[in-house]
Amino acid sequence: MDVQYKIIVGLEIHVHLATRTKMFCGCELAYGEQANTRTCPVCIGMPGVLPVMNKQAYEYSVLTALALNCEIALFTKWDRKSYYYPDLPKNYQISQYDLPMSRNGFIEIPLSDGTTKRVGIIRAHLEEDAGKNTHTLGDFSAVDLNRAGTPLLEIVTEPDMNSPEEVCALAQELQRIVRFLGVSEGDMQKGHMRFEPNVNLHITHSGQVFKTPISEIKNLNSFRSIERSVAFEVTRQLDEFLETGITMQMGNKRTYGWDDVNQCTFLQREKEEAHDYRYFPDPDLVPVEISQEWLTEIKSRMCELPLAMQKRFATEYGLSDYDASVLTVDRDTAELFNATVKNGSDAKRVCNLLTQTGLKLARERGSTVAGLGIDSDRLAKLAQMADSGDVSATAASTILEEMIQSDKSPDAIAKEKNLIQKSDTGQIEALVDEVIAANPQAVQDWRSGGKKSKKARGFLLGQVMQKSKGQANPQIVNQIFDKKL
Amino acid sequence: MSMLELTAKQLRDEIAAGRIKSADAVTEVFTRIEIYDPTVGAYITTFKEDALRSAHAVDAKIAAGHSVGSLAGVPIAVKDNLCMRTGPTTCASKILANFHSPYDAHVIEKLTDADAVILGKTNLDEFAMGSSTENSGLKQTVNPWDITRVPGGSSGGSAAAIAARLCWAALGSDTGGSIRQPASFCGVTGLKPTYGRVSRYGLVAYGSSLDQIGPLTRDVADTALLMNVIAGHDPRDSTSVSEDRAPAPDFLAGLEKPIQGLKIAIVPHLNEGVDAQVADAITAALRIYKDMGAELIEVRMPHFDYAIACYYVIATAEASSNLARYDGVHYGHRTDHADDYVHVYSRSRAEGFGDEVKRRIMLGTYALSSGYYDAYYLKALKVRNLIRQDFTRAFEQADCLIMPVSPTTAFKIGEKTADPLQMYLADVYTIAANLAGVPGISIPCGFDKAGLPIGLQILSGPFTEDRLLRIARMYEKQTDWHTRQPPL
Repeated sequence: MDVQYKIIVGLEIHVHLATRTKMFCGCELAYGEQANTRTCPVCIGMPGVLPVMNKQAYEYSVLTALALNCEIALFTKWDRKSYYYPDLPKNYQISQYDLPMSRNGFIEIPLSDGTTKRVGIIRAHLEEDAGKNTHTLGDFSAVDLNRAGTPLLEIVTEPDMNSPEEVCALAQELQRIVRFLGVSEGDMQKGHMRFEPNVNLHITHSGQVFKTPISEIKNLNSFRSIERSVAFEVTRQLDEFLETGITMQMGNKRTYGWDDVNQCTFLQREKEEAHDYRYFPDPDLVPVEISQEWLTEIKSRMCELPLAMQKRFATEYGLSDYDASVLTVDRDTAELFNATVKNGSDAKRVCNLLTQTGLKLARERGSTVAGLGIDSDRLAKLAQMADSGDVSATAASTILEEMIQSDKSPDAIAKEKNLIQKSDTGQIEALVDEVIAANPQAVQDWRSGGKKSKKARGFLLGQVMQKSKGQANPQIVNQIFDKKL
Repeated sequence: MSMLELTAKQLRDEIAAGRIKSADAVTEVFTRIEIYDPTVGAYITTFKEDALRSAHAVDAKIAAGHSVGSLAGVPIAVKDNLCMRTGPTTCASKILANFHSPYDAHVIEKLTDADAVILGKTNLDEFAMGSSTENSGLKQTVNPWDITRVPGGSSGGSAAAIAARLCWAALGSDTGGSIRQPASFCGVTGLKPTYGRVSRYGLVAYGSSLDQIGPLTRDVADTALLMNVIAGHDPRDSTSVSEDRAPAPDFLAGLEKPIQGLKIAIVPHLNEGVDAQVADAITAALRIYKDMGAELIEVRMPHFDYAIACYYVIATAEASSNLARYDGVHYGHRTDHADDYVHVYSRSRAEGFGDEVKRRIMLGTYALSSGYYDAYYLKALKVRNLIRQDFTRAFEQADCLIMPVSPTTAFKIGEKTADPLQMYLADVYTIAANLAGVPGISIPCGFDKAGLPIGLQILSGPFTEDRLLRIARMYEKQTDWHTRQPPL
């Protein structure tokens, strides 16, 4: 059967903002603390308490919305969204309903073929997170309210993504942006970012277009689960359509969870329940009015965004797109590269140190490259040593590894480990002479200029390196051979 | 003269001067509470030992020559919808009967800082919803002037405690008249300040955009004394007015100074439906002002009549949301009969809330429901704006508005409980001030033939409580209604 289909995905994303305190009270944000120890009367919804807006959270939201090219509302308010759930102590969530703090933006996402794609942002608004219910205590459930009141930025995209890879790319790009801006740690494992894809298919069948019912996949918190769950839904929806012919209708949107063990989605709610959240303006909070001065001040905190920086690194320094993307995974690594290169170091050399040895070490330690603790001064020195031939590329890698474990300078490490290359022509010349005398056959092959020449060259070079215990500068050895043979 | 006859201010002066010991005042008032409160029922909880301890501490400070606060040693009662670490904070509801607040309300902190001695928590209509204190889920308070009658509400316990001399001053809260109306029924002075003048932090919310804490006292000077303590900006309440927009003045400073060229506005059509004896008392009061040189003008308040309808949409909508947190999950009453979490909610609430609270939660939930929001809540907000404009226009022409507090004097216990709508309609004169956010005071202005007190309501522009108190004091100086005591 001839079936063609187009994948349609929109995302709803929740980002925890890395403010010092909660959205409407003075409790410090904390992850992994003992249950209910980071709470106060306000965030546990005691009688008589009142919320006070966290200005930093608002500024972080504006900054993020600006990075997503959104229009910033100069007047917004807070609304109460009512529903009963044990993790919601007031039984309403303070959110923004009809006047979100921003709307109408877009995000450029880098695709694997080196191009970028623009995905529309419908709106971004600020709200408070709920607590957490746990059901591991046998006969009863328990509620931990440490998370209750954490500032949460909700971002809703247009359904502009057309493949699981694009959805994943958007998630990764957004993570990179919030980390660059410093508005969120973006730690997926800690639940700093939660993704909810809305997936359906436009199937062309017998010359007609059919739209499958939308599936909303709840609460995804890893890039892998985002990509796999969307891919799974695509297959599932296609199969379902071919079997049953079901198409999108009012009220047949379904909610799915992702089973990470069995790698499949599972149905959570059959029909979109007719929720009535009874939104109304929160009378305990005053509307937020953003003055031009305030907006200008927030705009002044904007940094160069990762994709722009990635493109700049590629064009300005001739780096590959992949290398440029590795360098711009997080802001500190990008800044480390930037600062080192500005010191006059060779960009490609620095790039190689960071994207090869640096990335390998970072992965081993589960940190970012910048998180390894190398400062740009030492990195610049190391690059310069490698450039000048004082150390070999292999030695530079060894030195970098040593640098992250101590505060020692690269030259001190090189000396300590005997990694300085010998560039003393007199000494090397003596070694070359020795090797030439000992290997007449190889010398003859070299001179023959034929196929054997290349092999002989490698052999003779290796002999010299061996005799120098690896400390001779191979470039100089080559030069001397060229002169003599 | 017994120290029980003194006003709060006089008692404070005596205590500060060392002539009366705060501990003696506390002991004396507790003797009276023990005799009369079983009849009056003003208090839900009293803290005799804590009060004595605080009183001794103040006395010791004075004896040592240390400076003391402006309410040094004065025994005060507090409405039981103000959160306090001492004792339970019940809101006169079964759902919070055993609730102990982990924090003190802003005004409690202020009272404590001013060295006041808190005697206990007074009765109210459950969650401040009512006009007679009959909706208390815990006990009945009666009117000290006639114990077969209601004290008014919802701050009925505080008003009755002042009238029966069971404290020297009290705090109440006013969402639609809950300070002014019981003050009127009990023959005491009660002020609802401008919305934003006193921090609501720690006041258990009923209608958040209408609620305001205020004093109930024996005279106008005592109200000014308490306002000096409780008014002012609090960063914990986003709706509390900032110091640069409306700094809290010294309310006592100019109190005795009459206002020259006072212009009083009256709204002629509002007299319809007022009990004749109440109307006569208001007319007599206006004559006294006139005799002092005040000019009386008539103003139109075309939207005043919509206040009750508007109020019962806005207040109940906010209440339905504010009271959602009493669910048996985190604190308060939890049902013993739950099979799942939905039962925890529905049964805990069914068992914990009284009828009037349920009625208002349902009204508010309905008004906010999708499909009805525009027709009810949104329209009510528009009407509220029109009412606010009525006041703005009135205050452009006059210094204050004068009208009754309530169309009648205190009614019989049980007289109106069968007809909630009749009860709602009696709030016609007090509700508009809450919708507009303006301050209003009730002061005694006479008695009906049955010997029941009548209240005079004076309203003024936002954040002009200092002038409002001066206007009230002008009248009070000419009369002795406020000095009368019920024959308990």
